[in-house]
Amino acid sequence: MARITAGVTTSHVPAIGAAIDLGKTKEPYWAPVFAGYDYAKQWIAEQKPDVILLVYNDHATSFSLDMVPTFAIGCAAEFQPADEGWGPRPVPVVRGHPELASHIAQSVIQDNFDLTVVNRLDVDHGLTVPLSLMFGQPQEWPCRVIPFAVNVVLYPPPSGRRCYELGQALRRAVDSFDQDLKVQVWGTGGMSHQLQGPRAGLINQAFDKEFLDRIVNEPEALSRVPHIDYVREAGSEGIELVMWLIMRGALDEKVIEKHRFYHVPASNTAVGHLVLENPQPG
Amino acid sequence: MALHKPYADVPGTTIFDAEQARIGYHLNQFCMSLMKAENRQRFKADQRAYLDEWPMSEEQKQAVLDRDYNRMIALGGNIYFLAKIFSSDGLSFQFAAATMTGMTQEEYAKMMLSGGRSPEGNRYKGEK
Repeated sequence: MARITAGVTTSHVPAIGAAIDLGKTKEPYWAPVFAGYDYAKQWIAEQKPDVILLVYNDHATSFSLDMVPTFAIGCAAEFQPADEGWGPRPVPVVRGHPELASHIAQSVIQDNFDLTVVNRLDVDHGLTVPLSLMFGQPQEWPCRVIPFAVNVVLYPPPSGRRCYELGQALRRAVDSFDQDLKVQVWGTGGMSHQLQGPRAGLINQAFDKEFLDRIVNEPEALSRVPHIDYVREAGSEGIELVMWLIMRGALDEKVIEKHRFYHVPASNTAVGHLVLENPQPG
Repeated sequence: MALHKPYADVPGTTIFDAEQARIGYHLNQFCMSLMKAENRQRFKADQRAYLDEWPMSEEQKQAVLDRDYNRMIALGGNIYFLAKIFSSDGLSFQFAAATMTGMTQEEYAKMMLSGGRSPEGNRYKGEK
């Protein structure tokens, strides 16, 4: 049977991708950011997941205003790195897991979460930067990846509560898949940041640190935080953090925190990163 | 009954909600068109002519020509779409963010390095 073994959260700042692609990771500005991922790189090399269910958002790349699905699951065999206006990132093609993805779609829709099924999807920095942070620069990504896109661009995004409960439905879907697979769920985006208007540059370290504590230890209560609190406290783009709750809902109620990292700034953004494991069964 | 918008009292912030998306639809779709190299070239060759191909308001077109990002946002633009304009100009997200705050890029970068803009005094309009 397939099982969810662990969860990872990370910011997905585009400038981090550019720093990797342009060989700037050792520069004084960037070195502390990448050092925060040393643990996770080693950890994931040992974990060897078969599939990552990667929760992210598209940034006006594959979804323009022509179509804005709230939740979309990528069911294709392959996803190309997107050209976001300056050529695609030099990263491997993302290989999907169509059997598991279509199983999840069918299970989760019957569980009252109306996903949009997507078979043609170029993936932008929201998905590829987390892969680069965790795996470095391999010739091929070492596992399959199912893109799970959440609208956080057009307000309102789904509520934290909805995201948390969707995570629980994803858990049930994975648990009922017959193949023997180790699956990780990643929640990406955040932490506090605002990219627009005279309030641009907002960072709220107190909010972020409390969020890191609560997503580990009291996700149920955290999932009830309303949108306005994210906007006011964590900035208009900080609302991406609701995506972390999908990851958390897919894990056990009690998890083992293996690693935590927090850093300000990466470009305009506070970087937050967690590695969480489900306790081993038995 | 009008929709409740609790975010209207957050200072220096425009939430890209359904109403803004309606107002800004063509502005944002114009931005999307700049993801293609041939469109970027045509836009750069004659910005006014390229903008005139889109059913945008005159105010929206002027805001693009002026690269006035706060104005574009007020007129329904969303920052992830507007990013296609400053990327076409070869400018960074940090440059664009700085222009919206009225700071130089250097001042803005310094603020970010020292921990960013504090939420203190920045949660509610009129707050001191």
